[in-house]
Amino acid sequence: MTARARLLLLLAAAAVIAAFFAAACTELPPFGTASHPYGERAVAAALAHRTANVVSSVNFDIRAFDTLGEESMLFGTVLGATLLLRRARDERHHRAEAGRVLPTTRLFGSLLLPVTLVVGVYIVAHGQLSPGGGFQGGVVLATALHLAYVAADHRALRRLRPLTVLDVTDCAAAASFTLVGLATLAAGGAFLQNMLPLGTFNRITSGGTVPLLNAAVGVEVATGLIVLIAHFLDQAVELTDPEEHRKERQ
Amino acid sequence: MNDWLIGLALAFTVATATVAVLTRDPAKQAVVLSALGLGLAVLFAVLQAPDVALSQLAVGTALTPLLILLTVRKISRHRAPDEHDEEQR
Repeated sequence: MTARARLLLLLAAAAVIAAFFAAACTELPPFGTASHPYGERAVAAALAHRTANVVSSVNFDIRAFDTLGEESMLFGTVLGATLLLRRARDERHHRAEAGRVLPTTRLFGSLLLPVTLVVGVYIVAHGQLSPGGGFQGGVVLATALHLAYVAADHRALRRLRPLTVLDVTDCAAAASFTLVGLATLAAGGAFLQNMLPLGTFNRITSGGTVPLLNAAVGVEVATGLIVLIAHFLDQAVELTDPEEHRKERQ
Repeated sequence: MNDWLIGLALAFTVATATVAVLTRDPAKQAVVLSALGLGLAVLFAVLQAPDVALSQLAVGTALTPLLILLTVRKISRHRAPDEHDEEQR
């Protein structure tokens, strides 16, 4: 296809989308009004199940099945990346050398690492109460660990990160979401129905299954992303291709 | 006041998104993408969606640029090992 034909195809498709999008937008309620029909119903449903964070209630209670799909998608992504980025037969493994780090960077990293880890755990643990939750806290935990790489080097990061344990934890956390759903089925409810005691509103134990599913997602996201970054880091830092050996030998 | 904040965040997001598209070097693009992620996080926060803002901040500003930079490093070393060796020295 020539560049001109491609441009014409793009313009034709863009015109169709623009027309329908503009027509759909005329039916939208105006920006920033006080009436939120969906929001009001979601808040009522969240309060009925004593979950203070309405977003977590939507994610892990009202639309828990949706979240199962998203969680599986992330799990599949990590699995696929692990498979693609594994050490190939002709790739050589070089131990990363100890890196030199500025003393200020080292101080900054070692002070910030425990603080960010605590913040990550807090965001996961309070997902049912305040903004945040398993996904957000999990990403914070995963990125926090890599401050060790910034503050020291790859070897320090390796000691902090037992990959085999993390792999198994990732799988177990991904499976536990489905297991909670199967448990609710076995107890006579619907799949992932919120059947646990709801507790007292605005306490860390409130919300029934919400904190459980939230914690499962938190562990899964944190471990999955650490494994994902580990494979990317190994490829970038430690593994070399056969072509590079030849060049090194010359 | 709030409308101004929304407008400002929106303008910043549009500007950084345009710069991200116009930047050709992937390594520089990752940095611009990080700024775009920050702009989006601020936009979500002023639109009263703190949960989405947190996700955006963690994924858009930290994780995605990191993965892009690691990939760029691997690929550029593959293409021009001599240049990279000199950088290390």
